[in-house]
Amino acid sequence: MRIQLKIWRQENRATPGQLANYDLTDVNPDMSFLEMLDTLNERLVRQRERPVEFDHDCREGICGQCGVMINGRAHGPLPNTTTCQLHMRSFKDGDIIYVEPFRATAFPVKCDLKVDRSAFDRIIQAGGFTSASTGGAPEANSMLIGHDVAEAAFDAAACIGCGACVATCKNSSAALFTAAKITHLALLPQGKIESRQRVRRMVRQMDTEGFGHCSNTEACQVECPQQISVLHIARMNWEYNRALF
Amino acid sequence: MSNSDRDPETGISLVDGPVENPDVPSTPSKEAKLRRVKRWLSGTLSQKNLMALTGLFLCFFLIIHLAGNLQLLLPTEVAQWQFNFYSKLLSENIFIHIISYVLFASIIAHALYALVITINNRRANGKRYEYDHRGASSKWYSRRMGLLGTVILFFLIIHLRDFWYEVQFGHLPVDKDGQEDLYTLVVTVYRNGWYVLIYVLCMIALGYHLLHGFFSAARTIGIYHPRYVNWIRVIGWVYSIGISAGFALVPIYVHFALT
Ligand code: FES
Repeated sequence: MRIQLKIWRQENRATPGQLANYDLTDVNPDMSFLEMLDTLNERLVRQRERPVEFDHDCREGICGQCGVMINGRAHGPLPNTTTCQLHMRSFKDGDIIYVEPFRATAFPVKCDLKVDRSAFDRIIQAGGFTSASTGGAPEANSMLIGHDVAEAAFDAAACIGCGACVATCKNSSAALFTAAKITHLALLPQGKIESRQRVRRMVRQMDTEGFGHCSNTEACQVECPQQISVLHIARMNWEYNRALF
Repeated sequence: MSNSDRDPETGISLVDGPVENPDVPSTPSKEAKLRRVKRWLSGTLSQKNLMALTGLFLCFFLIIHLAGNLQLLLPTEVAQWQFNFYSKLLSENIFIHIISYVLFASIIAHALYALVITINNRRANGKRYEYDHRGASSKWYSRRMGLLGTVILFFLIIHLRDFWYEVQFGHLPVDKDGQEDLYTLVVTVYRNGWYVLIYVLCMIALGYHLLHGFFSAARTIGIYHPRYVNWIRVIGWVYSIGISAGFALVPIYVHFALT
């Protein structure tokens, strides 16, 4: 199939950047979106041009590296999918596809489609530590955790930090990401001990990084590859309000 | 805090005083308390809390207001006496006076904070997308709260000018029982078809604003349990449709039935 690409090209943080046109004529519908970009890059290298830089790692939907904006939607047209799990069969022959980096003040573009998502790392760092004792593995039954609590905590822990929530949010809010991290630890006995301090510090860090307000449009939940529920945001709000008293 | 307590790369403090034990209440110093209050006021979540609480208060007020308006649907004779009596009752009540100050304060705070939040969010957005199709993943009215709110503000200004200002500063005629005749004022205004049309359009905007606002406020204050969340959705729908349809019904009825 034939695909016309409009890809955001930007040398580095300082240069302005613009969309560039590329025409691919022999795209296989079974290629993943990243494989399609690989073939483009092979061609660019052969032509002695600078290849398009994009983040990726596992290519199986678990690392969260491959976030790009495809035709104006985070990770492309399918809901709850990473870019590496998107295939060219989701497009039609002759389609024009816009590929842009995730946009937010807190996510500066490093090069082409690569953005600096270290703001997320700093939010996690601000959360500090949990009171799990080090040393030999503790007896598994010494800390009892109900099945539903464990499941709920795991649902939150599934967040892969891809940044689609921020990219798709009209306010560039990191509420879903931060909330997932906060809920994950707030539910478990190991994390409960510092939960008040943690929620205050992580939220403060989120604000310092320059993310926007959550206005509950719920777009993040639709784009999230791990289907992290927006109810985690409500839970974060609850933890935060409770931590004030 | 000495420099070594900070992460050299990120500048985040690695220690933030003693780790608090929730079972042992700590007593923060006055300064620390003040700092916390300041930080709280500028935080995104607290600003949303303020929007939510003022919004919910306004939601409550709308119910009381609608209860007054629905009296206009009574048969003409009864309606006139009843409506004027009700308005007199409210204007003489000291408790209602206090509430009215809270109400004005809430409206102003709600609008001002909305402005502050919108400006901050614009700043957080950075560069725009060249091709933006993000609207596909959320409802239009959840993204257009600012626009809907502006329509409501515009309506409020007309509304206050036509009724509130007249009652406070104008000279209303008296009805046959000697009460100020707000009823006749209202009925006269609703004779104008254009006025009724604008009124109804603004009520539609209000309905959508409430539809998102009510449920969003509940989320913001932290109602997270799936069971309550579903109730809140249902209550939100019933409330929003009830309020907007109820308010819109009155001028339509008055316009077509009484003229
Ligand atoms: S490359 Fe790891 S999630 Fe896509």
